[in-house]
Amino acid sequence: MNAVVEPFISVNGLRKLYRKRDAEFLAISDASFEVAPGELVSLVGPSGCGKTTLLKVLAGLQGYDAGQARIGSTTHPFDPSRDIGMVFQQALLLKWRRVLQNVLLPAEILGLPLRESRERARDLLAMVGLSGFEDKYPYELSGGMQQRAAIARALVHDPKLILMDEPFGALDALTREKMNLELLKIWKQSGKTILFVTHGISEAVFLGTRVIVFTAGPARMADNIPIELPEPRTLDIKTTELFGEYSRRIYHLLGME
Amino acid sequence: MSDATKSRAAWQIPPEAVRRYTLAIAAHAALILIWYLVVTYGRIPTFVLPSPVATIASLGGSNYHWIGNTLVTASEIFGGYFLSVVIGVAIAILFSWSRTAEETAMPLLVTLNMIPKVALGPLFIVWLSYGIMPNTIMAFAISFFPILLNTTRGFREVEPELLELVRSLHSSKWQTFVKIQLPSALPYIFSGMKVGAILAVAGAIVGEFLGSARGLGYLMLQVQVTLDTPAMFMAVILITLVGVVLYGAVLGLERLVIVRDARVN
Repeated sequence: MNAVVEPFISVNGLRKLYRKRDAEFLAISDASFEVAPGELVSLVGPSGCGKTTLLKVLAGLQGYDAGQARIGSTTHPFDPSRDIGMVFQQALLLKWRRVLQNVLLPAEILGLPLRESRERARDLLAMVGLSGFEDKYPYELSGGMQQRAAIARALVHDPKLILMDEPFGALDALTREKMNLELLKIWKQSGKTILFVTHGISEAVFLGTRVIVFTAGPARMADNIPIELPEPRTLDIKTTELFGEYSRRIYHLLGME
Repeated sequence: MSDATKSRAAWQIPPEAVRRYTLAIAAHAALILIWYLVVTYGRIPTFVLPSPVATIASLGGSNYHWIGNTLVTASEIFGGYFLSVVIGVAIAILFSWSRTAEETAMPLLVTLNMIPKVALGPLFIVWLSYGIMPNTIMAFAISFFPILLNTTRGFREVEPELLELVRSLHSSKWQTFVKIQLPSALPYIFSGMKVGAILAVAGAIVGEFLGSARGLGYLMLQVQVTLDTPAMFMAVILITLVGVVLYGAVLGLERLVIVRDARVN
């Protein structure tokens, strides 16, 4: 079914080395995959398997040593300076700015028209459930609310690609499940392409249209699994046999039966 | 929760603050009262410990030139401190831009900081002659380093992921500096400025002790000869007041500029 759609991201034989003094350390060896526009792809694997490095390469923050990483297609052109939104494990809101001003940061940097951006920021805050918190400071928000604001910030300049690096890793289990549902809703509403890095196998399967599995020591891409679970996804599907099968397969790949 | 009610609330003094200010003022008043009682009923001679009344009465002495001497000392303190803040923050900014500059200059500055600044006093006088200048430089020399050190640290403590976030948006060096680095470092800058403010006062007075023809430190040495302890006390109080004004100004500025949660200590 993806054959007719030109991929939005195509990574081919990507290899990345870190050099520390005399030692070389392989962060990514030979990663190849494609992502169609509008997909939500989970990248799962243990610490140090190169998932974060891969995001940084795609964000243009780091170079690579061999292979190709291309973003954008004729139908979905990509501007590397304004088409990336990033969300990290820490919300990283600026403590000295109110929530609305925090969400506006990318728009300010890109020099987008302020009035429209402010309008858009308010809409996005409403979408992530933070109406009425525009004038609060980050310290007045809970961890989950801060992360919602960070997601709104990643969307404010209307980027085509959202890179999320364990965005819910610091939240408690219940808040995390709630945020997973929110993210699916936001993804459906915005139609963005999302790459979602996580340690959580269940989270990866629940969110992803596909799960790309990485193994560590040495960092290697182990599998690329399309997830065919019923839509819309609700927490119920976590108890289904199919969900369990996907999870078992990934546990197996990571050598953790 | 409209903006209007919020901004008004910010200018009202909350009850908790009233309580704290009352206690603070009471503590100061109690110290003066105890001082008064000890001197009055302890039969302590004035040249050892003058009473608060005698101390304040010394303000009436015409040959002390209180206002002129206070202005001289204050200008040395403020001038030296101002130099410290400007030069300390400027060098720290330079360091934040160039690692090589920091790695070259910082060890040298650390070595220079090991010099007891008081020992340089006589040299300052040789170089700059008597007057406000050598004492201003002494205030600068003593207060400069903590400001530089704290500010440098502030620029270094910026969250690396925050820098990646703005770098992924291809932000210019200037945007990164103005929107991320400088505001991140501000709490550290103020922390250094608070330490520096106290040291600048000490620096100016030490300078005056070493050699000067005007200022409150100079006045203390003059009246010491005649055991005019009330005037010495008054001079100490005025020096302290100048310090309090400086420290208060820094604190007030910090409150204006930095959100509560982001302040250091």
